[in-house]
Amino acid sequence: MTATTVAWESEIVHVAGIALHLARAGRGAPLLVLHHDIGSPERLPFYDALARHFTVLLPSHPGYDRSARADWLRSVRDVAVVYQALLAGREATREPGRVAVLGLGFGGWIAAEMATMAPRALSRLVLVGAMGIRPERGEIVDQALLSYIDYVRRGFADQATFDAIFGAEPLTPTLEQWDLNREMTFRIAWKPYMYSATLPYLLGSVATPALVVWGRDDRIVPLECGERYAKALGQARLEVVEGAGHFVEMERPDALAALVTGFLTPA
Amino acid sequence: MHLMYFTEQPMSAYPEEAGRDFGATALMFSNRHFDPVAGSRLYNEYLEHYRLAEEVGFDGIMLNEHHNAPFCMQAKCNVFASILAATTRRVKLVLLGNPLPLADNPVRLAEELAMIDMVSRGRLVSGFVRGGGQEQLATGANPAYNRERFEEAHDLIVKAWTQPGPFRWEGPHYQHRVVNPWALPLQKPHPRVWIPGVLSKETIVWAARKRYPYIALSTEIEATKKIWELYDRVAQETGYAGGPEYRGYLQRCHVAETDEKAMENARQFMWMQGEFTGLAHPVWSSPSGYFSPSYRTAFVEYAVGRRSNPRGASFEDQIDNQQIVAGTPKTVIPKLRRLLEETRPSIMGFWASDGFVSSEDTRTCIRLLGQEVLPALRDIGKELGLWSPFEANAPTSIAFPDPARPAGAVA
Repeated sequence: MTATTVAWESEIVHVAGIALHLARAGRGAPLLVLHHDIGSPERLPFYDALARHFTVLLPSHPGYDRSARADWLRSVRDVAVVYQALLAGREATREPGRVAVLGLGFGGWIAAEMATMAPRALSRLVLVGAMGIRPERGEIVDQALLSYIDYVRRGFADQATFDAIFGAEPLTPTLEQWDLNREMTFRIAWKPYMYSATLPYLLGSVATPALVVWGRDDRIVPLECGERYAKALGQARLEVVEGAGHFVEMERPDALAALVTGFLTPA
Repeated sequence: MHLMYFTEQPMSAYPEEAGRDFGATALMFSNRHFDPVAGSRLYNEYLEHYRLAEEVGFDGIMLNEHHNAPFCMQAKCNVFASILAATTRRVKLVLLGNPLPLADNPVRLAEELAMIDMVSRGRLVSGFVRGGGQEQLATGANPAYNRERFEEAHDLIVKAWTQPGPFRWEGPHYQHRVVNPWALPLQKPHPRVWIPGVLSKETIVWAARKRYPYIALSTEIEATKKIWELYDRVAQETGYAGGPEYRGYLQRCHVAETDEKAMENARQFMWMQGEFTGLAHPVWSSPSGYFSPSYRTAFVEYAVGRRSNPRGASFEDQIDNQQIVAGTPKTVIPKLRRLLEETRPSIMGFWASDGFVSSEDTRTCIRLLGQEVLPALRDIGKELGLWSPFEANAPTSIAFPDPARPAGAVA
């Protein structure tokens, strides 16, 4: 199967009264992929690479990209509950221990919250440059102080990759979507910004085997947070990807897909 | 007419080069450039100017507040209102206003305002604002809930003022076990509420539905007319007729002994505009969720430098379109007449000087305004029927049809 042959389907799923957009592709064990705070391009080589091994479920978070906003949503943990309900509502993902969850950046925070809610519900957990834990040194970069473009650019080790994906000067509709997504991020993660004070304590009871991946040059969430995640989770290892910033899946899609596939596929 | 004196209280005593080097002079521009010795002097000069304004015949003193910005030293308008409540005798204290979304405890605001109203013997006009974009960042208020917090805090304050406590408040953004402030406003049903604004249609519609006067902040004449078209339409839908008593306008207006001197000093209005809308960081001034969704395209383009500041214009343009008026009294009166004729406000704020204008020149400006400009405007106001809410005995609001009056006063 080559990249061009991966067929994506999309549907609208109603969860907790929210019309969620869900893209789906591939075959095999189910893998829920949770996107960044900036939302996600509809297609990425990384998603296609995963779909060659797994049934990839790629929702837009409530209020992001193609999913409707829920005015009542107030926290990242609310989003995690919505996704637990999404999994519980589907035949293929209902059974505990069936689904692996992969979270990218902000999506990693949602994934970590999901794991703490039901310590044995997930088969595997993968966190990539995840927000959610406050670093002891340094800070998680605050997008409220940066322009849409500057913030996303900061997540790339190599600006040429940003240019290739979004264009050197992203078009206004892209900026508007980034603004809508940023507004939604503010609605649920404004203060404290991008972390939960209780999450580090709750992670200790997670029994799910976990892989923590960090871009060596992540200038959005310090690598220290990856070390703390790996330590706080019961069974986790940390992998650092060279030549990548925060958006590892866009900068090193093959390397990340290989790590994830290796971790999720029983030897 | 109701004629008010206003200053932004500029903190001009900081190294201008430092601001230019940094590229912005709000929010993140370091307060190591703040000089408390100059600050102390300036605060006291501003208090003198306010007292002079009362002396020369202004009807009101308009106060506002901003945070983390040299263009306005006033971080809490209730502090200056408290001082002026005790040190003035006649002028209305017009707060335009308290930024409600920044408050985590609106009941405390209700108490402070009640105290100011009592100390001033019923001279408070309590305006409310949403706060500027960067104020949300300076104070940690979530910009995405700015308007919801504004409306809920307003409802809570008015209820605290008008309904006997104790009562419980359970709203989406504010929850209070006990609302029962001991201090209540002297004015009944409650102090008048005026709503200032610049851009957001939502605020104009909200003010009109509440039957609160709207104060247009230095908008162009044509834009101001559009504001009144919208206000009047909503007023009609709401069941009353709009008109001068619901219309206010803040005019940048510097007066001096000669036109040359006035024009030279008026350029200092650009100092403030440089700070506020020119050197303000476009991202900080418009955080996501803060601005009206109908302006999303314009703001995202502005934020990345693809569009010029929607609020910016050159000095010459602003002189031409009368957003800035400067000259001797003889020069400015006809220009102000044009404004009154074309837009028919009954409430006028005079933003009299800015930036580095000396205290002496500011005093001259206040004196000339009081002695020569205000009497002329009062005559024009009578001729045009521009009766202020006080003169027209306008209702306090749609919910409270009685005009606000100090308790115990004879109607």
